[in-house]
Amino acid sequence: MIRILLIGIALTFIGGLLFAPLAMVFVSGLEHGLGAWFHSFTDSDTGAAIRLTLLTAAIVVPLNTVFGICAAWCIAKFEFPGKSMLVTLIDLPLAVSPVVSGLIYVLMFGLQGWFGAWLQDHDISIIYAVPGIVLATMFVTFPYVARELIPLMQQMGNDEEEAAITLGAGGWFTFFHVTLPRIRWGLAYGVILCNARAMGEFGAVSVVSGHIRGLTNTMPLHIEILYQEYNYVGAFAVASLLSLLAVVTLIVKTMLEWRTGIRHH
Amino acid sequence: MISLRRERSVIPGFGITLGFTTFFLCAIVLLPLTALVMKGASMDFARFIQVITAPRALASYRLTFGASLTAATINIVFGFIVAWVLVRYRFPGRRFVDAIIDMPFALPTAVSGLALTAVFAGNGWIGQYLEPLGIKVAYTPIGITLALTLIGMPFVVRTVQPALQELPKDVEEAAATLGARPVYIFFRVILPAVLPAVLTGFTLAFARAVGEYGSVTFIAGNIPLHTEITPLLIIIRLEEYDYAAAAALGCVMLAVSFLMLLTINLLQHWGRRRLTGGARA
Repeated sequence: MIRILLIGIALTFIGGLLFAPLAMVFVSGLEHGLGAWFHSFTDSDTGAAIRLTLLTAAIVVPLNTVFGICAAWCIAKFEFPGKSMLVTLIDLPLAVSPVVSGLIYVLMFGLQGWFGAWLQDHDISIIYAVPGIVLATMFVTFPYVARELIPLMQQMGNDEEEAAITLGAGGWFTFFHVTLPRIRWGLAYGVILCNARAMGEFGAVSVVSGHIRGLTNTMPLHIEILYQEYNYVGAFAVASLLSLLAVVTLIVKTMLEWRTGIRHH
Repeated sequence: MISLRRERSVIPGFGITLGFTTFFLCAIVLLPLTALVMKGASMDFARFIQVITAPRALASYRLTFGASLTAATINIVFGFIVAWVLVRYRFPGRRFVDAIIDMPFALPTAVSGLALTAVFAGNGWIGQYLEPLGIKVAYTPIGITLALTLIGMPFVVRTVQPALQELPKDVEEAAATLGARPVYIFFRVILPAVLPAVLTGFTLAFARAVGEYGSVTFIAGNIPLHTEITPLLIIIRLEEYDYAAAAALGCVMLAVSFLMLLTINLLQHWGRRRLTGGARA
């Protein structure tokens, strides 16, 4: 009795809060048929938003992946003073509000910011331009790969790498042939989460973007503009595309969890 | 023996990886955060206080913290039930529900905000049944709370779930054999054991909710003094080119973030100590 009641409460809660909104996006996006859905993407501003989102992710995700691997290597394989401090600082962006994440770059590179005057003299724009969007996205997705790899590599220990090195293998060889095969699933996990956040970030990007249509609008920002223009078909079409990305991310993530048998946070 | 092995590691790459990590961390995270703190510190103190205690700012704190607190509280009640159901019961679709819990981590906040607004608007799937009851969700503080509940939910479920899994069943069975009622077992046996996890989940959900902007901006309606959260107020000040005021409010948010981070660390430390203490006993 209690069992059925509790399952009912849980399913109602999840259904209303998670499932209904997700279904709503796809139903509204496809309300006027598949043709109208595809037609929404022929709009040149929508196309530009998709390209900018892909470009941002293509810059941010590889950089944060390299950073994550470097951070995990030095933290998991070596002992040094200040290590726990370093781990805390790497996680810091997760605790900061997305709006503050954007604000800090405006204070650095905006007109009244630290480097504002210098940048203007040299005719370089960062804020209200693509570099600002990339930087803000970099900040919010900063810890994603590192925080997956650090515990994983710590748990694996150094024995296999030490064996490889002792037997005469070089550093790069050891990394690609000994370390990488053992961390690949954890790495994939961190990369897809990093990518999902990079493509979906709204708050931080909203602050630095300037919302210039066709130039500095990413997909999430474009949804807001279309929505404010009462172009609900367009807004839900873009939203359903991003939801599709989220669903794919979730499926890959679940498969990785089943494969490795561990649950990450 | 250990100290001997640690003397010199044969593994290469320490200098370069630590150097790159530190450089990247400073460039992307620490330097910009310093810019914010410096901007706040360079302000005239009286003006700083005036900005962060303006009526509009105070109203935004009340809304942001009030809605976040309510959302986190809703989440520990329902999140606990969801975690419990997932750990203890087998039912069709359980794996699907387990997977969809993480949806808010993967779904862009703009999408969840847009979707929630559509579902809970006066003519939406759920909103149409709430409207006749006099409950308006979209464009009210209730809507904000709902959006914050959505984004905080996985934090609670995912911290409580492993704690419930590790709970030894024999303790409950022993209590039941000794004649304890289910309610007594829940409050005296189960709840104390998972309390650190529940509080950690609560704090994580709260911390995430306080900073949230994307999903709220769609459902809030953004009316000054009524449905204007603090992150939105920062954006408004920036759009007015009042960098100093934006920085002052940003400093308040940053201070709250640090406080939350500290609380989470303390809670996790407490949870770990209780766990190892229990194992020794």
